[in-house]
Amino acid sequence: MTTSRARRHPLVRIATATVAVVVGVPALIAVGWVLLVLLIVPPVEVVTVAAIAFSALVVVGVTWLVIRSNRTAALTRRDKLTLGLMAGIPTVILTVFVLVPMVVSFTLSLTSWNGIGGLDRIQFIGLKNYTDLHSVYKPFYPGLIHNLTWLLFFIFIATPLGMFFAVLLDKGIRGTRIYQSALYMPVVLSLAIVGFIWQLIYAPEQGLLNNLLGTNEQGNLIDWLGNPDLNLWAILVAASWRHVGYVMVLYLAGLKSVDPTLKEAAAIDGANERQTFFRVVFPVLKPINIVVIVITVIESLRAFDLAYVTNKGLNGLELLSTMVTNNIIGETSRIGFGSAIAVVLLLLAVVPIIIYLSRSLREDAA
Amino acid sequence: MTATTGAPKAGRNTGRDARRSALHAFLIAMCLLWLMPLFWAVYTSLRPRAETDRLGYLSFPETLNLDNYVTAWNQSEMARYFLNTLVIVVPAVLLVLFLASMMAFTVSRYSWRFNLWFLLLFTAANLLPPQVIITPLYRIFLKVWLPEDVLVPGFPSDTGLLYGQYLGIVLIHVAFQLGFCTFVLSNYMKTIPRELNEAAVVDGASVWKTYRSVVMPLTRPALAALATLQVTWVYNDFFWALVLMAGKGSKMPITSALNNLRGQFFTDYNLLGAGAVLVAIPTLVVFFALQKQFISGLTLGSTKG
Repeated sequence: MTTSRARRHPLVRIATATVAVVVGVPALIAVGWVLLVLLIVPPVEVVTVAAIAFSALVVVGVTWLVIRSNRTAALTRRDKLTLGLMAGIPTVILTVFVLVPMVVSFTLSLTSWNGIGGLDRIQFIGLKNYTDLHSVYKPFYPGLIHNLTWLLFFIFIATPLGMFFAVLLDKGIRGTRIYQSALYMPVVLSLAIVGFIWQLIYAPEQGLLNNLLGTNEQGNLIDWLGNPDLNLWAILVAASWRHVGYVMVLYLAGLKSVDPTLKEAAAIDGANERQTFFRVVFPVLKPINIVVIVITVIESLRAFDLAYVTNKGLNGLELLSTMVTNNIIGETSRIGFGSAIAVVLLLLAVVPIIIYLSRSLREDAA
Repeated sequence: MTATTGAPKAGRNTGRDARRSALHAFLIAMCLLWLMPLFWAVYTSLRPRAETDRLGYLSFPETLNLDNYVTAWNQSEMARYFLNTLVIVVPAVLLVLFLASMMAFTVSRYSWRFNLWFLLLFTAANLLPPQVIITPLYRIFLKVWLPEDVLVPGFPSDTGLLYGQYLGIVLIHVAFQLGFCTFVLSNYMKTIPRELNEAAVVDGASVWKTYRSVVMPLTRPALAALATLQVTWVYNDFFWALVLMAGKGSKMPITSALNNLRGQFFTDYNLLGAGAVLVAIPTLVVFFALQKQFISGLTLGSTKG
């Protein structure tokens, strides 16, 4: 199937894509609207029954796909049914709790609603939430820039550091296991706990850092987490504490799979260690590089816990994720507006997701 | 698989030894730096508040005791929150591994219409930021009728809805982790020779029997690694319970509850340290006991097979 698509004329492909977008986006919004109405108008009992009926429909649909496929023709009817159910039940859970909310998010982002009242309180306002994000909502661009800073800090500092540690530990020197354990220990901690642990370091008067620097007296205090010019960098250090270990573990696994004769050959050719790494080993690591970059981008977009436990993501720590949360929970819930921020987050996440998927597709084809 | 044998004795020269020593010194310094934050939290938590107020935090200890731990544990009803976590983590991990293994089995061992597209859909879903779906999810949780929390029979449902209950949190964890587990398990199952399926068919085994008795036993190493990773991840989750249980704190898991407890610990950094260390202990136990499983779980997701 993929090969026939590759052979199509580029103009045909562009035309197909345009038609898909022109038809697909309104259809998606309409589907989201129907789901939203179903979710809001009827009483709880009816919604529950409708959800169960919807789930059953999805299971039947997947089962039908399996049964009608000519590639399962060799199986007995009973086996086809088993296979359909085995694929159908996980698909339902994913559909109801992840895919349906994603579609409804799209539709909600075009509306104005404070979360109270029925359908009559939901107004369809087109792209106004998005234009408001641009021109009215002050934290939006700072938040976007904070997410971007997070990403750049991870890509240029934390990720290379993790790779550097992996290269050092890959030499197989004595005590590698102990070094590796120490460096990767933070990976098992939750980011919320990481936030608490680093508060003990950053606290103005009681914190370790100010005590070491001698800046813990009134008058010369450095408020690492309170100062909006400093706090993002402070929590980025805390986040990197965990990210470095994660990247290191991934690269260590990747480096072990590199054929040692490659390095030996480079050494015989007179390459020094640096040349060997950058010219021979690094290019071979391409698959792992892609995975690490995707993980780094996704982690930067998912950044939430650290900012939220520090100050609920305000005052210098605004992120897209905390803005979504603050707009939907709390006294002034602005559901439509929060959803618009969520859609921006989704659009940013789609890029690395597509890179990742096209890579797995290519590997499957190979 | 790390070599601990060191360099071969033959052919040593002083330049190389010096470089090795410098490398060790650098790595030791880095490791100490890396362990410092946790060490500092433990150290602070072992010292009484009165002493650190008098001597300052950066000082040698006169007394070290577990008083802060006792206070943190009792003052914040931690036992209850730990129990909540247990009620959520165990069914969530079992269920996600069961469902993901079935899905992975059907997409990797059989070929049917769109089976690869299903795998892609699951993989894509696992990369989404949770905030992308939270708003409608919150509405769904408020609109699904659940008279009793089925996970703990007899436990009264304070909302009558999916919102604020153990089952709701379990379901969202299952849904959100399904993608990753399916992806990892299907990669693993692809490495099991297909001839085994054919042999099972010749023996007259049904699809279910092939899954149960042929493929699943061979997938055990991947399942063990994934289970370790999932226990840690579900335990560490902060966001889902924060939004989907907000206001219904009594069933909150420990990681999310700690944020509410912070109010009580506020400005008492010794107590905050004790609380943080207590909550970190289960994951640190996993780290020390099952390090190999944890690492292979992480790397299974990034390398093929």
